[in-house]
Amino acid sequence: MSILIDKNTRLVVQGITGKEGLFHTSQMIDYGTNVIAGVTPGKGGDWVLNGKVPVFDSVKIAVEATEANTSIIFVPARFAAEAMLEASDAGIELIICITEGVPVQDMMRVRNYLDQRKVRLIGPNCPGLLTPGQAKVGIIPGNIAIPGNVGVVSRSGTLTYEVLNAMKNLKMGASTCVGIGGDPISGTNFVDVLNMFEHDPQTEKVIMIGEIGGSDEENAAEFISSNMTKPVAGFIAGLTAPRGKRMGHAGAIIEGGAGTAADKIKALEAAGVKVAKHPEEIPTLLN
Amino acid sequence: MKLHEYQSKLVLSKYNVPIPQGRVVSTANEARQFAKELGGYVVIKAQVLVGGRGKAGGIKIAKNVEDAEKIATQILAMEIKGLTVKKVLVETAAIIEQEIYLGITNDRTQKKPVLMASAEGGVDIEEVAAKTPDKIVKVYIDPLLGLQPYQARNIAAGIYLPRENWQEFGMITKGLWDAYKGSDATLAEINPLVITKSKHLIALDGKMVIDNNALFRLPELAEMRDTDEEAPSETRARKYGLSFIKLDGNIGCMVNGAGLAMTCMDVIKHFGGEPANFLDIGGGADADKVAAAMRIILSDKNVKAVLYNIFGGITRCDEVARGILAAMEDVKPKVPMVVRLVGTNAEQGRALLSNANMITADTLAGAAEKVVAAAKVSTKGTEKVGASQ
Repeated sequence: MSILIDKNTRLVVQGITGKEGLFHTSQMIDYGTNVIAGVTPGKGGDWVLNGKVPVFDSVKIAVEATEANTSIIFVPARFAAEAMLEASDAGIELIICITEGVPVQDMMRVRNYLDQRKVRLIGPNCPGLLTPGQAKVGIIPGNIAIPGNVGVVSRSGTLTYEVLNAMKNLKMGASTCVGIGGDPISGTNFVDVLNMFEHDPQTEKVIMIGEIGGSDEENAAEFISSNMTKPVAGFIAGLTAPRGKRMGHAGAIIEGGAGTAADKIKALEAAGVKVAKHPEEIPTLLN
Repeated sequence: MKLHEYQSKLVLSKYNVPIPQGRVVSTANEARQFAKELGGYVVIKAQVLVGGRGKAGGIKIAKNVEDAEKIATQILAMEIKGLTVKKVLVETAAIIEQEIYLGITNDRTQKKPVLMASAEGGVDIEEVAAKTPDKIVKVYIDPLLGLQPYQARNIAAGIYLPRENWQEFGMITKGLWDAYKGSDATLAEINPLVITKSKHLIALDGKMVIDNNALFRLPELAEMRDTDEEAPSETRARKYGLSFIKLDGNIGCMVNGAGLAMTCMDVIKHFGGEPANFLDIGGGADADKVAAAMRIILSDKNVKAVLYNIFGGITRCDEVARGILAAMEDVKPKVPMVVRLVGTNAEQGRALLSNANMITADTLAGAAEKVVAAAKVSTKGTEKVGASQ
């Protein structure tokens, strides 16, 4: 078991003929992910990657032809909101949006629309999902993680890679790694994923990696103390971040004194989460 | 991206929000001339992108034309929180009966825009929110439906606005919502919105923050960016698509990924150092971008050591190494540098840098310890040079 994706995932890639889309589709196929279709409007009928993947003009047509159930989005930011709506309207149940830089008002409209339907969105501005040994839907390098019983959830990309790598060095494997993304408005938050890990039989321990901005980590702390039986260790980036500055991620900003790393660490520690001083220390806290 | 007050008011007035008659000028002489056109009794306001202008003496009333020139001269010579005042807004001074707060911002938890108002405007609204939250009334706006007139009426009732002003208030809230939506704002605020002696509503101040990610579809607003208000290194970094923030420490850092870049700052601090910057080179950066990033880091004279921490995924470590070597040729850095390359093509990257006289590290914690130690040695070195001169 794992969460969200496994070897039965039937993946359609939106923006498959773009540079990023093509490169990562080939990486995902190499990893063993079941990529069954791609979408680029106007390129329906083409085949990419030496005839491995058929391209369709729309997600609707791709779903009708291939019964895809999961979509990954690599389209440019200005088209990303529409791509998410299109996937949802085509009946896709799980959408992973990798694209960075989607306008926040677009995301508010998308999120409020998706909330009325039975669909889960991961991201945007995220590295996607990795269930080691089974499937990778995203851009996390496959070779840095091994299968295991630790669920990983994070707002960051390369910081997560550091943690997966440190885990692997200790021969600690992951059940599923979920990059929920660094935007202020996203499809899935810590609580959603913690809840899935709590109910996943394969997951025995959890690592969460947060950062400054918003109150998702505080909400997670509350959830952990009242609903979780599995041990959680974590890390919060941004102790040294100045106030009022956006630290790369659109959502990583301390506004009006709220959303500081210190507050988040305090909340998590109060909920019994062991919080590391630096990322390589996190896996050692679960031993 | 923050807009100046005069820019925000320009945007708001396009959406039918009433604002005082005014003009932005950059000399005292222009201020005098415009004050004369307005009849002499004017308010002169420093245009800098920081809060607390009033407390700093950057907003003053002039009683006549001479006064206007004198005050403009004073304010144009000011520095407010480190920012030089280059422009002042000269406006008709309103006679105020009551000050109201009105603003729209994004609520991250509700995933919706929130319209907020308070009968106690004109002061720092965050302070009001912290001390007396019951004095702020809020309504969440469905982003798919937009602001509804009844929501504005509920807000008007909530702040005990005189009923004779409700119609104007409805028009202003609609204007504010349209400005927020049409400008992809993350904040659109009127503080204060005032009831004048003649019982009309007018926006005496305006503040807008625009979503950087939406500037591609807002060419007119994108042109309003005032680069005087940011560190020159930040402007340069933006040109290269680098995410850079200057800090006060002495250890430069170059990292791929925002979360990891923040973490590197934290780990440097954890081991007793002080980061000189936040720098995310982004995913898939090529050698040119890396070289540009390195030049920006090394242009900061405070920098006594540099840490490069690259976890290759989309970013290839050999490409980063090539960028570092290219920049080293023309910058010829004299400070010690610690490099850690992991992931895609890390070995090729390390091989390229093997003759570059850099300190290497295997772990992030190890790299941070080494760069903190190197910065200390390097700082002592400079002090000695300083003493002997």
